[in-house]
Amino acid sequence: MLARIERLGEHTIYILQDLGRMGLFLLRALAGIGKRPFRLGAVIRQTRLIGADSFVVIFFTAAFTGMVLGLQGYYTLRKFGSEGALGSAVALSLIRELGPVLTALMVTGRAGSAMCAEIGIMRNSEQLDALECMAVDPFRYLITPKFLATIISIPILTLIFNVVGIFGGYVAGVTLLDVNPGAYFSGMEASVINKDINLGIIKSFVFAMLVVWICTGRGYFVHVIRGAGFGAEGVSRVTTQAVVLSSIAILVWDYLLTAILL
Amino acid sequence: MSEPIIRFEGVEKSFGSQRVLAGVDFAIPAGRTTVIAGASGQGKSVTLKLILGLLKPDQGRIMVRGRDIARMNPRQLNEARMAFGVLFQGAALLDSLSVFDNVALPLEERTKLSQAEVREKVMTTLEQLGLAGHEDKFPAQLSGGMKKRVGLARALQLQPEIMLFDEPTTGLDPEKSMEIYQLFLETQQKFGYTSVIVSHDIPKIFNLADQVIIMGKGKATTFASPEDIQRSSDPETRDFVRITMGDIYLSREMEKRP
Repeated sequence: MLARIERLGEHTIYILQDLGRMGLFLLRALAGIGKRPFRLGAVIRQTRLIGADSFVVIFFTAAFTGMVLGLQGYYTLRKFGSEGALGSAVALSLIRELGPVLTALMVTGRAGSAMCAEIGIMRNSEQLDALECMAVDPFRYLITPKFLATIISIPILTLIFNVVGIFGGYVAGVTLLDVNPGAYFSGMEASVINKDINLGIIKSFVFAMLVVWICTGRGYFVHVIRGAGFGAEGVSRVTTQAVVLSSIAILVWDYLLTAILL
Repeated sequence: MSEPIIRFEGVEKSFGSQRVLAGVDFAIPAGRTTVIAGASGQGKSVTLKLILGLLKPDQGRIMVRGRDIARMNPRQLNEARMAFGVLFQGAALLDSLSVFDNVALPLEERTKLSQAEVREKVMTTLEQLGLAGHEDKFPAQLSGGMKKRVGLARALQLQPEIMLFDEPTTGLDPEKSMEIYQLFLETQQKFGYTSVIVSHDIPKIFNLADQVIIMGKGKATTFASPEDIQRSSDPETRDFVRITMGDIYLSREMEKRP
């Protein structure tokens, strides 16, 4: 019994330590934004890796999500004789929910895992220690550019997702089925308000922060995460953990933000 | 012996329930070569990390150039680290950067030199270390010995007062090890740095040493010369000598035989 309580206590202390570490990590990464000289080149390179290179994935995910929404929405709405509302149904689902959530999930899978593995390998091969020993701040040099690039990329990718998704819905509903094209867009114009768009943008910023924080942070602390193991296995486990944690965090925060802001 | 540039005073460090350093005292004189030796897991690498301020001691003081490195704020620590050059066990080159960019990194990040000046300085060092023509290669395309040389080139860019070498010859064949030792001697004569070498390569490494520190059971014992170690009456040191240096005596015995 005593041993069990001890284990529980140890585990609680570990979780608190981990939260503390991650909290300080976030502060140091954000503090790096204000430090001069600003590493514009690194931010642009990372934005290309995280943002521009994710375009194709986002395009296809958005197109097919939009088309499925168009198809499902059409058959559901037809039961009530209101196919004309298809445009606003597709647009609202995408702008408020699916755009930010699916974009963040896709970026987690594509770029978040890569960031985590990259930093984890750098930690294991003493590259991060080497930076510190050369008095080069690893946050300013490595982590902060990734933060900025992700915070720039995810909201823009979300907007692209929304536009492509809306046209995907148009292809399914108007081109393939028989919804009136005018009704599709005018319904959307009438029902989508600024508040919906703001909600989507706020979500995408929060998700971006969660993805980059969790993915870079897990990689950075690969050597102290309990149960991760060492070497290549440690990096692979921590990468899996980062993707799972980020995905859950996105979905939990999606609910919280919707509940607070809607 | 000259004024110590690094001094450990009653340093203790534990990881969980494992006590790695239990009151370590030693002094490293400036401008000389100190070898830190000892069996695996006796806190040699921890000692290096403590000197660099990458770890903090639980107890005691670590004086580097007269100031306690464990009690510095991040800015002071950054400044103090400018005095160090480090050659890591696996060289720790940034694997996404070319040889040139790796060696140029400290100059680009820590100095205000122009691109042309950086280029000139880097190319000169690469040439001195026999790496000319390899500047566009990536670390993955280099052999173990070359990686170490690039690591050394990078560490020397800011003309450090103190060079720390973590197992510099691990994973190299004897010929390449000798080459690395030769490089140490040459660069130390040229740059005049204080050299601290953590090594398993006993007894060969002792030829380079002005002083030897042997770590064991959480303590450190300093010897003025390799001969002193052999004469030591401390049972643990004698054990260490028997295990690590026994072979030399054996071979000398063998030589005497007809």
